[in-house]
Amino acid sequence: MSETLDADRTVDARGAACPGPLMDLIGAVRDVDSGTVIRLLSDNDQSLTDVPEWADESGNEVLATEETDDYYEIYVETK
Amino acid sequence: MTEHIAVVGGGTGGTVLANDLADRLRAEIDAGDVRVTLINDDRDHVYKPVWLYVPFGQRELADGRRPLAELVDDAVDLRIDRVTDIDTEGQELQYREGGSDTYDHLVLATGSTLATDEIPGLAAGGHDYYSESGAETLREELLSFTEGHLVLSVIGTPHMCPAAPLEFVFMADDWFRKRGLREDVEITYTYPIQRVHGNPHIAEWARPLMDDRDINVETFFNAESVDAEANRLTSMEGTDIDYDLLVGIPPHRGVDLVEDAGLGDDGWVEVDQHTLEAENAENVYAIGDTADTGAPNAGSVAHYQAGVVGRRLASAVRGRPATATYEGKTLCFVETGMDSASFVEFDYENPPSPVPPSEKIHWAKLAYNESYWLTARGLL
Repeated sequence: MSETLDADRTVDARGAACPGPLMDLIGAVRDVDSGTVIRLLSDNDQSLTDVPEWADESGNEVLATEETDDYYEIYVETK
Repeated sequence: MTEHIAVVGGGTGGTVLANDLADRLRAEIDAGDVRVTLINDDRDHVYKPVWLYVPFGQRELADGRRPLAELVDDAVDLRIDRVTDIDTEGQELQYREGGSDTYDHLVLATGSTLATDEIPGLAAGGHDYYSESGAETLREELLSFTEGHLVLSVIGTPHMCPAAPLEFVFMADDWFRKRGLREDVEITYTYPIQRVHGNPHIAEWARPLMDDRDINVETFFNAESVDAEANRLTSMEGTDIDYDLLVGIPPHRGVDLVEDAGLGDDGWVEVDQHTLEAENAENVYAIGDTADTGAPNAGSVAHYQAGVVGRRLASAVRGRPATATYEGKTLCFVETGMDSASFVEFDYENPPSPVPPSEKIHWAKLAYNESYWLTARGLL
């Protein structure tokens, strides 16, 4: 997926305890323009539910979720 | 040659550590083999937990201040100054008042600052009890508030004392009830994620209490702006809340010094969460809010981390392997009203399990707040 989906910004929240990854993502969304694609790196399983739930609530869109051996890459496009 | 340990920041972590080192390394300091410097840009040590009680008229700001010189062991060199630059390669500090100093070991305990200006309108429309000026201004508003909509919005995490926003709404609810005003005061609590606290166990405990007390809850609410003219709080999620009195927990940041030195983003030092050693520099530790460990930004965390770093530094001075580690130990009293409180104890592996609220725990909290000055001195 990462070959076809480019991120404008990467937020590396690996190692952060819940809700750190989601809060790091929200902090990044505050800083960028509409239409920006953010790649969130998280090794916390909770991010798999936290992030889509917040995206639904806030009108942002989860484009894809990739799983590597050690962490997840969650691509979010800002509204 | 004298080995120099520099501790930057005279809050709970820095002060407890400086006194711990003075005690632990007394012989080496007396022999001139070690010197310990505590650097702080204020002559006073400030005990922030007092601020929760100021808006309710129960404590004064002066209750949370004492001169550092009275708290710090005479074996510690106390320097009232500000560090403006850290050269981690040359192991050197630059001071605002001029001059520089080298270090063999550096501990950063610079704590949190408020980034209120990051939210447009918050400074004009909101109040807080996370600063002396905020607590004092909020007191003037709260003491005369007899009807309307009180909104407490947690705007950023991490923030100091993660339990304090819950404590504030629990106390406000009880305070207005006891004064016969609760029916005229609506209370709303907002939180950035899908529950009422970052820790799911504390959130699960707190939510039923809030429901029982008719405290409105808005989750997934990330404040984007405040319209101080219209008294309206707007979230990134598109929700508007009209308020009569807004208490905002502002976004927090560490000091610029940390990022400028390449030690971490937003003023938080990237550390090993067990050894508390900086990831990006040698001979640098961070404790308390400054250390990005994932542990809460709480005084108990800074206190326990200071003990760990004190032991590790003593090992280093004596040429022994450092074995002391921090395992996430956290203790918090949580006020659930004006005369009841709960208590939690947890660490990286063991989650919190709040005990049933009682008056005894409330008095234990107040008693600890009084005896805190013994903690700062390294005696408790």
